[in-house]
Amino acid sequence: MSNMLEVKDLKAYYGPSQALHGISFSLSKGGITTLLGANGAGKTTTLRAICGMVRAEGSVIIDGEPVTGKATESVVRLGVGHVPEGRGTFTELSVEENLRVAAYTRRDKAAAARDLEMVFTYFPRLKERMAQQAGTLSGGEQQMLAISRALMLGPRLMLLDEPSFGLAPLIVQEIFRIMRRINEEAKVSMLLVEQNAALALELADHAYVLETGRVVMSGTSAEVRSDEQIRKSYLGY
Amino acid sequence: MATTMTTETSAAGDPAALPGLRRPIPKWIWLGIIFAALLPLIGGQTGLISNFYFLQLSLMIVYSIAVLGLNLLTGFNGQISLGHGAFFAVGAYVTAILIDRYEMHYLATLPLAMIACFIVGYLFGRPALRLEGHYLALATFALAIAVPQFLKYRHFEPLTHGVQGINIFNPDPPFGLPLSPDQWLYLVVLACAVVMFIVARNIVQSRMGRAMMAIRDQPLAADTMGINSARTKSITFGISALYVGLAGALHAIIFEFVSPDSFRFELSIAMLVGAVIGGIATLSGAVIGGFFVQFIEKYADALTKWITSTVHLPIHLEPWTIYGIVLIVLMYTMPMGIAGGLASLWRKIRPPG
Ligand SMILES: Nc1ncnc2c1ncn2[C@@H]1O[C@H](COP(=O)(O)OP(=O)(O)OP(=O)(O)O)[C@@H](O)[C@H]1O
Ligand SMILES: [Mg+2]
Repeated sequence: MSNMLEVKDLKAYYGPSQALHGISFSLSKGGITTLLGANGAGKTTTLRAICGMVRAEGSVIIDGEPVTGKATESVVRLGVGHVPEGRGTFTELSVEENLRVAAYTRRDKAAAARDLEMVFTYFPRLKERMAQQAGTLSGGEQQMLAISRALMLGPRLMLLDEPSFGLAPLIVQEIFRIMRRINEEAKVSMLLVEQNAALALELADHAYVLETGRVVMSGTSAEVRSDEQIRKSYLGY
Repeated sequence: MATTMTTETSAAGDPAALPGLRRPIPKWIWLGIIFAALLPLIGGQTGLISNFYFLQLSLMIVYSIAVLGLNLLTGFNGQISLGHGAFFAVGAYVTAILIDRYEMHYLATLPLAMIACFIVGYLFGRPALRLEGHYLALATFALAIAVPQFLKYRHFEPLTHGVQGINIFNPDPPFGLPLSPDQWLYLVVLACAVVMFIVARNIVQSRMGRAMMAIRDQPLAADTMGINSARTKSITFGISALYVGLAGALHAIIFEFVSPDSFRFELSIAMLVGAVIGGIATLSGAVIGGFFVQFIEKYADALTKWITSTVHLPIHLEPWTIYGIVLIVLMYTMPMGIAGGLASLWRKIRPPG
């Protein structure tokens, strides 16, 4: 099976300082891969490099298409839904307007309307709150909105940056259940960045552990989970 | 997506509460516009409103258009400009030169002034938008300082008449309408404003408007939505300059005169203050902001003199002191601007239901 995402020797820079020192990993079609690692390991930077949001070198291939050096909007148009760190809520806009911003690039209006229906089946709570100013949503609702917005792009690949961040365990479980459904029902491949390693390893099939911009460990989730050494030294649980 | 999603979502929520949906313009606004358009008949013919006041009203409306333009950039797109007086000047000079030198019809100069300002704004915006926040403010500041100097430049004198400026003459109303030139121009300015406000409303509620606001709220997340930020920002800069340029062109026509010193740096600041005072990121705020700019231009000085002479203050007041006091009081009492303050007041006093 060909891969949805193939990253080889990816380097990324913020101005003069290098944040990624050549990392490689892959994500199979329909799969869920998680990137784990401590604060500052370079997880967010990896997602940004894939989307052309930081200066990067190396090779990123999305579903057979090389995207390194491409502008963010062209990568998005290939069907990449990036749920950014901190959720990126457009606070002054209503929930509906947030979702409409996401349909910015869509040519096929009927498909966009279907995707909105799909969003409502996953997150009925948002449907009730369409008119609410998005900045006044609870943290959990804002995370749901962030995922919904990415879904409105009609993605083949979703990049999720710490969707559990700052949320109560019950909400986190709900959101992770829905992510599983999105992966299975909508056939969206996922690259999941998480601090919460236990949770991420439950959802993902493969895991990569980053440390200061390098991959230090990788394997199937089961392998990583069962390796006490890795868990103790890198994942802290 | 437009039609399908609108029907989708109006079922889901209260459409009137959705700022992003295209709502009809409220009736009372149309009534207000009709009333304003009838003023020359009501007040003018009866002599209740003198030509002088029509000129004042026209200036207020002109500044409203300018503040609206700045508001599109600052309020809706989150970019601060300290130099929009420059575009006001460019619009005014394009119109004045076309009338003075090329004997063009004054109305025909308006679209040309707008196009010229869009291009200047877009071209200025393109590289400047790489700058963030206060660096952009500095670049625009430089623009505001540079343009008056540029207009005085010796080699442009055949066109600009240098420091002397250009005199143009108030056109007579067409078709032998029984209106004074001031009354006629008031109607022209009013019509321009109505069109420009409706266009701005459509922009704000469109895909483009949502992209503008998304960039303002969350630049990185806006990128992840497939929005081309650089392009959106420079187009917004161009549109904003176009609005301010139209205001400048109208100002030249109703004022019958342009000179480099009409467009000093204070004008840029007054526009920004007007935008903030009226209510940033609201359209109605631009109207209030425009009135505020004209009021300050006109009356801060007189008010200061009046206070000083009647109250016998022990301190010496400068005209700009009033400006500062009004600004501080308003920012404290109505942090959302006057438009926001009035809206929340209305929500309080409105009969329930
Ligand atoms: N905008 C930036 N400018 C300069 N350096 C940055 C920037 N963003 C991140 N970095 C640096 O890049 C490195 C990787 O940061 P990154 O945000 O990718 O880490 P992370 O793994 O996502 O961490 P966290 O779990 O805390 O979100 C860090 O050393 C960080 O200081
Ligand atoms: Mg991060």
